Amino acid sequence: MLFDKFQTMADFQAELAKREVVPFGAVTEQIISATEGVVEGHKVILAGTNNYMGLSFDPRCIAAAQAAVAKWGTGTTGSRLANGSFAEHEALEQEIARFYGVDHAIVFSTGYAATMGMCSTLAGPGDVILLDADSHASIYAGVKLSEAEVIRYKHNDPDDLAKRMRRLGDRASQTLIIAEGIYSMLGDVAPLKEIAAVKREYGGYLLVDEAHSMGVLGDSGRGAAQAAGVEADVDFTVGTFSKSLGSIGGFCVSRHAELEAIRFCIKAYIFTASSSPSVIASTREALRIITAEPQRRQRVWENATRLYNGLKALGLPVGPTASPVVAVEMINRSRTIDCWKALMEAGVYVNLVIPPASPSTNFLLRNSVSAAHSAEQIDTIINAYAGLKEAGLFDPAEAA
Amino acid sequence: MTDYEEYLGFLYSTLASHNKKNLVLAESTHLVADIGLSSLEVMEFIEKIEDHFDISIPLNILPDVNTIGELAKKVQELNP
Repeated sequence: MLFDKFQTMADFQAELAKREVVPFGAVTEQIISATEGVVEGHKVILAGTNNYMGLSFDPRCIAAAQAAVAKWGTGTTGSRLANGSFAEHEALEQEIARFYGVDHAIVFSTGYAATMGMCSTLAGPGDVILLDADSHASIYAGVKLSEAEVIRYKHNDPDDLAKRMRRLGDRASQTLIIAEGIYSMLGDVAPLKEIAAVKREYGGYLLVDEAHSMGVLGDSGRGAAQAAGVEADVDFTVGTFSKSLGSIGGFCVSRHAELEAIRFCIKAYIFTASSSPSVIASTREALRIITAEPQRRQRVWENATRLYNGLKALGLPVGPTASPVVAVEMINRSRTIDCWKALMEAGVYVNLVIPPASPSTNFLLRNSVSAAHSAEQIDTIINAYAGLKEAGLFDPAEAA
Repeated sequence: MTDYEEYLGFLYSTLASHNKKNLVLAESTHLVADIGLSSLEVMEFIEKIEDHFDISIPLNILPDVNTIGELAKKVQELNP
């Protein structure tokens, strides 16, 4: 039967419904601010929205979007290659290229389309792709479509990458290496300095996905490669507008002039409608703001450190270093669901993550902080976790 | 060149720790359907083979590999 393979998921959804929890696809009934909303009937602090710079409610971004919708209409109704390239899209491409200090940029309709599109197009039959084992689903989807030879290297392990480049011999020079700046689930940062050194030694091309690190890392917010001082070694940077820039869409920037020819070969770019002009306009304004207001980067790190230290002090199993993504790892599924439900009741929305979305067999309570969170809100989140512990819901013995 | 039997022997010994059902392993034993390896265990198992023989096993070959014998043949092809 066609539907048999979905039975496990149907059973799991039925179990969640019986327990009266809606962790996946929870409906936001009202948005109060960048950090507060009403979700599934609970007034909550939004601690799982990737809104790192807190710009989703910035009045300047809203005004830019409102002006654009009045001027350009609600949608482009077409592909970038047909009728969907408006002056707004062209302007954003120039601005995002300038932000990264390179000459070439492509704007996509979603971040998923950007990574999937680039990973499926850059390497083809006969080429090799070396990707981090914990890469995002959009990267895995892209490399599968590429028809290149696809090899994984151990997560954040430059020695394993080097070993695999050595094994490729002459083929190393036609290899695309893929890494992410900050990994979305655990918030760990890629060792890009060491990865870039491997690329320099063996050749090949390096693509870095800065989806969760743009705005957050680097002197001007370009991401993990800037923070590591290895931007000159990065051939392609991909990223998203739906996190630090508070809208939706994706991009690829490169110093290689060939990107202009590559553009016309990316199916995820050609065969989909371009972003609404209002989305592009708010993204342009947000990009201007993160450049003009570097204090946002400082704020998000202050909040990240406060949350990380607070959860660590409670004895919860968080990652090795503070990051705007702070994940609490659990091994018991049922207990993790109970914790998620209790956090909602305590007024805190976080992400519940289950395998295979988590990088291991563990379950995650994934928190992401924003520059817009106040210190008091961060303390409320920490107190909610303390409440779990007091209620006996979080048994340290069950921690990963 | 490593011969097929040597690959097979390594696969049997490496799978011992995953063989919770204590099956008698043979070339026709299915890695997932019989032994019950999870997708994560499959990847850990692949990494052990890669490190031992100093090779990289592309993900592309995995859809064609179901049994221990098929895997041994593929690994041999990758390491001529």
